[in-house]
Amino acid sequence: MSTDQILGLVTGIVFGFLMQKGRVIRFEKQIGALLIKDMTIFKFMLSAIMIGMVGIFILSDMGVTTLSHKPMNVGAVVIGGILFGIGWAVMGFCPGTSSAALGEGRLHAIFAILGMLVGAAIFAELYPLLSSTVMAWKDFGKIGLQDAFSVSHWVLVPIFWAAVIGLFFLFEKKGL
Amino acid sequence: MKLKTKDGGWNPYFAGALVGILAILSVYATTALMGKTNYIGASTTFVRAVGFVEQVFASEHVAANAYFAATKIKVDWQFMLVIGIFLGALISSLTGKSFKLEKVPPIWQERFGSSVTKRVVGAFLGGIVAMIGARLADGCPSGHGLSGMMQLSVSSFVALVLFFAAGALTAAIVYKRRVS
Repeated sequence: MSTDQILGLVTGIVFGFLMQKGRVIRFEKQIGALLIKDMTIFKFMLSAIMIGMVGIFILSDMGVTTLSHKPMNVGAVVIGGILFGIGWAVMGFCPGTSSAALGEGRLHAIFAILGMLVGAAIFAELYPLLSSTVMAWKDFGKIGLQDAFSVSHWVLVPIFWAAVIGLFFLFEKKGL
Repeated sequence: MKLKTKDGGWNPYFAGALVGILAILSVYATTALMGKTNYIGASTTFVRAVGFVEQVFASEHVAANAYFAATKIKVDWQFMLVIGIFLGALISSLTGKSFKLEKVPPIWQERFGSSVTKRVVGAFLGGIVAMIGARLADGCPSGHGLSGMMQLSVSSFVALVLFFAAGALTAAIVYKRRVS
């Protein structure tokens, strides 16, 4: 195995381990969040984002690493986001957690994975059509909120933290 | 606040914070060892994996496809990451005694009964639609939800809000009626 592959494997093992310990990969946790009955996956995700963003911005400010925004292509993100949400609710897994769910013994995740492989193949076939239609409507490019508002990310990080902590208190108060 | 949950898991805030640290270590390690900053994601791997399958019986078709060409079909860092996720969850569930072979999950069973076929069809069709969406939006809850949000990407905020809004609406419709 190459260095890249070993690094990916080790990172993935730790990631999968933590997701399993956090109990976020199960169908009932994913659907529980969509039914707004059990917000475990959002507690987990938003905690990861809060911590991760601080280190990621420090590293990029130091010039050690580079940021990599995904393009704000309106048609692609809006239609893609809606389609993903619909599929997610029926499948009960997302791409990363399907692999983890299989590791946890959830055999039905195999069919979610097979479906996603077929979906990827269909997307590859539709790509020429989509790139000249939906994906060609309007693209704001690879932008962050810091670019959109022309402020330092260090202005936005505390605002994000405050909003998320408020949300966490709400989750705990409502027993979600 | 309790460090262990009722089902024997870890406090989700704590486990999530550790994933935040992992994400920081990962951007640093990929930059240092691979020469390019890589962010955690999962859905591109499904394109590469199906590309390998298609290559077996239609290699020319795959070579001619613009999306496969742009994605580059190879077992890369992210491909191994997705395999690692499987292994990490396997190790954690076996050592933590929470591994469970399951064919039909509880909430699904309450709504659609214990039919394995129904669940297989649901998982499969849901998977198709979700992956077309993830590739169109250029990310899933890992790439957009974690990595994109950590950088305050505009596209990731929009994507995550829509993932949740469309998902919540669909779930409300799909799981509302219960079988008695």
